[in-house]
Amino acid sequence: MSVNITFLVITGVLLACGFYLVLERTLTRVLLGIMLLGNGINLLILTTGGRRGIAPLFKPEIAAEEYSDPLPQALILTAIVITFAVTAFLLAMIYRSWTLTSADELADDTEDIKVSQKTAYDEEEDSPVAEDTTEFVDEEGRPVREGEE
Amino acid sequence: MNFLDLAPLAVVLPIIGAGAAFLARRQVRTQRLITIGILCLTLLLEAGMVAAVWGGESYAIHIGGWESPFGIALMVDGFSSFMLLISTLVSLAVLFFATSQGLADGDEPGPVSVFHPAYLILLAGVSNAFLAADLFNLYVGFEILLTASYVLLTLGATAERIRAGTTYVVVSVVSSVVFLMAIAMIYAATGTVNMADLAVKLPQLDQGPQLILHVLLLIAFGIKAAVFPLSLWLPDSYPTAPAPVTAVFAGLLTKVGVYAIVRTETLLFPGGEVRAGLMVAAALTMVVGILGALAQTDIKRMLSFTLTSHIGYLIFGVAIGTPLAIAATIYYVGHHIIVQTSLFMVAGLIERRAGSSNVTKLGSLAKLSPALSLLFFIPAINLGGIPPFSGFLGKFGLLHAAVQDADPLTWIVVGAGLLTSLLTLLAIIRVWARVFWRRATDAEVPNQELVEQAASVAIETAAGGAQNPALGLKLAKELEADSLPWGMRYSTASLVVAGIALTVFAGPIFEFCERVAAELIAREPYISAILPL
Repeated sequence: MSVNITFLVITGVLLACGFYLVLERTLTRVLLGIMLLGNGINLLILTTGGRRGIAPLFKPEIAAEEYSDPLPQALILTAIVITFAVTAFLLAMIYRSWTLTSADELADDTEDIKVSQKTAYDEEEDSPVAEDTTEFVDEEGRPVREGEE
Repeated sequence: MNFLDLAPLAVVLPIIGAGAAFLARRQVRTQRLITIGILCLTLLLEAGMVAAVWGGESYAIHIGGWESPFGIALMVDGFSSFMLLISTLVSLAVLFFATSQGLADGDEPGPVSVFHPAYLILLAGVSNAFLAADLFNLYVGFEILLTASYVLLTLGATAERIRAGTTYVVVSVVSSVVFLMAIAMIYAATGTVNMADLAVKLPQLDQGPQLILHVLLLIAFGIKAAVFPLSLWLPDSYPTAPAPVTAVFAGLLTKVGVYAIVRTETLLFPGGEVRAGLMVAAALTMVVGILGALAQTDIKRMLSFTLTSHIGYLIFGVAIGTPLAIAATIYYVGHHIIVQTSLFMVAGLIERRAGSSNVTKLGSLAKLSPALSLLFFIPAINLGGIPPFSGFLGKFGLLHAAVQDADPLTWIVVGAGLLTSLLTLLAIIRVWARVFWRRATDAEVPNQELVEQAASVAIETAAGGAQNPALGLKLAKELEADSLPWGMRYSTASLVVAGIALTVFAGPIFEFCERVAAELIAREPYISAILPL
């Protein structure tokens, strides 16, 4: 199979930029990254179809090798629709995030921060046992412990 | 006509139901009836499917009559129908839970009551992913379930859920991108995306390209299945969602990834080239996950960490790859789906009963809510792997297979597995001791309401004295009934019972799993069912 090297280079650049942007904290950049990733992948699928050919509408007199491969195109169509839906959803979510926090950045998880600030000392498990743990008391109400009369 | 020709209905019914439920969005009652009715129908259908393939048949359906490898095929074999049945069973229980919670809260309608339609679409996606015998159809199944899960995770769009949802969406999209990349490369290398056809053609490739394609698929599925180091998104995003949503996610979504990994390792790349990598990933998933669980004070977060941790056992089983190991993995998947879902449902009940799922604020629940403590205790020790429960049986099967394997690396992972099991028990017991056993007054941040209720129950018990010892219990039951609607309690209880049933009927179920594993490893039934001879 012959491969179009230009397509592959463009795919590589799109994917690299996409992954870089996705790692950002700013949500709009993440969105742009996801759109680049989607396009890069679509281009990659297109290259898998091999060399160009005529539209795959079956005519008996044309040899099978003349047609272009229709399957990657069908796959891309599905992938485009899915990317479109996800992009729309993300846009709505980013807008909602902006109305809630007036920031375009992903906030830290409060529960995560709490856990990371916790020390190894656990009050419930590590604190010294209080003196009067016994439930038995003598006539005057003083606690009775093992070995004492 | 074969009964199994009806299998596509497992996908079609929920989608039609979702449409109908969306049309009925103004009539809450109708919507609820539609969703529950559809799920019951699907459950019956899938029970029929499991019965039909119980003896070990594989049956392929060619959609639209297009023969493989050109058309889209669906595969009904023991593995896919077992997963379908368990997933629908669990979703039905969670649906009752959610419905009952909604009923009790008076169903304040949001802008659009989107829960029921999104829930059905999620299930359609899960079913499609299980049935798919075509990599691209598997991708579509994943996308259907992911898109529905985005909606469910961000229900209500509060600040916390939007934050968690953003991470979840971005990670899921990236995993889908990696999956698509793998599909594109596989198509370029072999000229097909049909899994049976791939099973024949992939081994003909050179070692190098094979390894790249294999690892690419595993990375894509590893993100979805939450395998360390690709698991850290999960405990971050799951706990913020509403209780029923977290419960159903915990049960189903990661297992779809595990299902795909099992298929990859048994059908597409059966040589076990990345065995060592999988072993290391399994050990790290187990240990890192459970250490995370020990650090948490929130029950839902703790459970999310045990969820990722126990995925390690499944990956371990796949890595060993002997028939016994695969059989134990399949059994363990069933156990894990049921137990994790019931624990998340119980966490929802605790949150509702005591106003928080943070252990620092809880206490006295064993006195205040005896039924709830029983509902927590059974799945909890089941998760911890205490005999005779299914968690023990699954782990025993896995370790037995590992010991037969007798390879130094396997022994290390066995050690990690045992350590994880022990630490799971520790994590669970800590929650048990704090939430249920200690007095509410001893909590770090005592909850005034719980303290007062505990005091009044103690007074009642004292008043009953020796003549009427059940007086305090009666008050506790009344208090429990006030805060927890019966539907929520009974749906959770039914899932706990399902977990016990998995233990009681472990014999026939495990034999079934062994037949399925033999089929998976033989590969031949799958391939010849799909490809015309």
